[in-house]
Amino acid sequence: MINNSLAGGHAGRSTGRFWHDPAVRSLLIQASAFLIIAATAYYLVSNLVINLNARNIPIGLNFLSERAGFDIGDTAIAYTANDTYGRALIVGVLNTLKVSLIAIALATVIGVIVGIARLSQNFLVKNITRIYVEYMRNVPLLLQLFFWYALLTKALPGARDALNPAAGVFLSNRGLFLPTLETNTDFYYLMAGLFVGLAAAVFWAVRTKGIQKNSGRQLPVLLPVLGLLGIGGLLGWLLGPQNIVVDMPALKGFNFKGGIEITTEFLCLLLGLVTYTSAFIAENVRSGILSVNKGQHEAASSLGLSPARSQRLIILPQALRVIIPPTTSQYMNVIKNSSLGVAIGYPDLVSVAGTSLNQTGQAVECISLIMLVYLFTSLSTSLFMNWYNARVALAER
Amino acid sequence: MKSWKLLAASALGVALMAGNASASTLDTIKERGKLLCGSNGKTAGFSAPDANGKMAGFDVDFCRAISAAVFNDPDKVEYVPLTSKQRLTALQSGEIDVLSRTTTMTMSRDAGMGLSFAATTIYDGQGFMVAKKLGVTSAKELDGAAVCTRTGTNTELNMADFFNKNKMDYKPVVFEDRSEERAAFFSGRCDVMTADLTGLAGVRANAPGNPDDYAILPEVISKEPLSIAVRSDDAEWFSLVRWVTYALINAEEMGITAANVEKMKMSQDPAIQRLLGVNGNLGEKIGLSNDWAVRAIGAVGNYSEIFERNIGTNSPLKIERGINALWSDGGILYAAPVR
Repeated sequence: MINNSLAGGHAGRSTGRFWHDPAVRSLLIQASAFLIIAATAYYLVSNLVINLNARNIPIGLNFLSERAGFDIGDTAIAYTANDTYGRALIVGVLNTLKVSLIAIALATVIGVIVGIARLSQNFLVKNITRIYVEYMRNVPLLLQLFFWYALLTKALPGARDALNPAAGVFLSNRGLFLPTLETNTDFYYLMAGLFVGLAAAVFWAVRTKGIQKNSGRQLPVLLPVLGLLGIGGLLGWLLGPQNIVVDMPALKGFNFKGGIEITTEFLCLLLGLVTYTSAFIAENVRSGILSVNKGQHEAASSLGLSPARSQRLIILPQALRVIIPPTTSQYMNVIKNSSLGVAIGYPDLVSVAGTSLNQTGQAVECISLIMLVYLFTSLSTSLFMNWYNARVALAER
Repeated sequence: MKSWKLLAASALGVALMAGNASASTLDTIKERGKLLCGSNGKTAGFSAPDANGKMAGFDVDFCRAISAAVFNDPDKVEYVPLTSKQRLTALQSGEIDVLSRTTTMTMSRDAGMGLSFAATTIYDGQGFMVAKKLGVTSAKELDGAAVCTRTGTNTELNMADFFNKNKMDYKPVVFEDRSEERAAFFSGRCDVMTADLTGLAGVRANAPGNPDDYAILPEVISKEPLSIAVRSDDAEWFSLVRWVTYALINAEEMGITAANVEKMKMSQDPAIQRLLGVNGNLGEKIGLSNDWAVRAIGAVGNYSEIFERNIGTNSPLKIERGINALWSDGGILYAAPVR
């Protein structure tokens, strides 16, 4: 009997002690690691609460509904000093998103062009883009921002002697002022017309693609699309009260009134982010293109495709698989780097939250909000780019 | 970004602080061997490195006085440079012992943040500076102006109140750092720079070109009692900082200077005897020896000497005593008696 049970023990996967079982052991290790992390978090949070209480600092987000009392120089939504801290922070978030999204779009376009030009056979094109990439990539962004800001504020004239390259366009060290259309009834008719034109243009583009797929017949796309947009806009205008009013900026006192204002700080931050990021994207694009087998190029030309079409239809779609993952992190860097705008007076989230922090003393809450917003935007960007990456990934059969 | 990293670190510092509140601040300082003084480090006249790279200025002298009172050596101070945005958090989290950095005492700062203002060192007010060539003579003519200022200050709120009350439009351009703000103002990005009058005087004194090309407008739109702050968890440390400051003001009233402080110990005036510790044991009540005030005054001089040396009419800043004269000279500077 005794022998039997011993033999049974040896025959099993365990040699007796429970920690010799790999499954149990890994469970134990994971459980203790989790406990250590949880205990540390509990210690930090409870210690924070005790210390804040000891210093009579209230905890919580109640301050968000209090009157902010400070103004913001660049607002995407209506905001005055009478609004709440919550709304001020939203203005900050929108400013961060505004500059980041525009920078991402422009940096992508410039990055792709520079990346392709880097591979050009033309000596001048090749080397100019090379200098651009190496310079932009290797100088810290904060320095570049200071450089652009000093350049824009010192080199551009004051508001009273603003450059006026076209009617209603003024460029000074206050920023760029552009005319806009007044949003009256006619403006909405025009927009509706343009929208209908756009819908028709999209329909045409999809339809021509279908025709080409089925029959190989290529129909013109660019001209009809522009035409449809133009006809849509014209019809909208004709149907409306035909009373388009252009809101022209004009110098009044110290500054321009009317039109749309793009501040120097925004321009400068955008310029810095676009030039810096486009250099990295250009390198991504170059490595992506180089990763495509030379045979693909040769096959495309032997099919009679022009260099431009073979680039667009054969090379770039394959290169995208290499380009997209590192470019995703560049996009996230743009969002995070936009916080450097605080150094040159751009009222982004960090700047607005910093002011709120100082007025309310709610350091932990404000810093946590900043971190949450950056975490959320970065993760969203990452999710979207992963989805896009999966879509262009090589479909293996 | 560097500054919000520091802020985040400070916020984490609040979270990590354990048991610090129980040890007295004075003991901690003595054990450490130096005072941690939150300062600006970039404001000429208030706190900036002098020609030898040593920190000097009006704000710095109060930290030097505290150090002299505690250590009998005015140089046992480490100056922690802070932006206006970082300063309160740095004090809350215990990164500094005392904040002497042109900080306005307000109710919300004094009551809701775990901080206490020990003593007011100068009564300041917010004003506006413009280039003379704009031809502006009053702040009420500033409708539509672009205004440079710094984040994390009352200045932003006062400015909003002033422009809204006078139904004027303006564009705030808010900087993190005074050097960027200065550069933006002098390059003409802003029509106006707004700050405390003492700060404007400092910026104007260092104007590129001729300081006289810039004018400070007559309107003073706020009360800014610039004060020294400590954490409110240590009442004894609060008293020490308050009374060292009051001792310097009282010294001016009694005619005690850095040069004559030793001789004044012979004075027959009981008030002077009490202040200099010849009589009584007031020093022991703030945890120091009774000649604490002798050391402080001997190191930095009385209030008038501090003022004139750093920011007075003979300094580059050229600030008049004005309301900061002693109460007995028609000003509002009034320190409670040492008795």
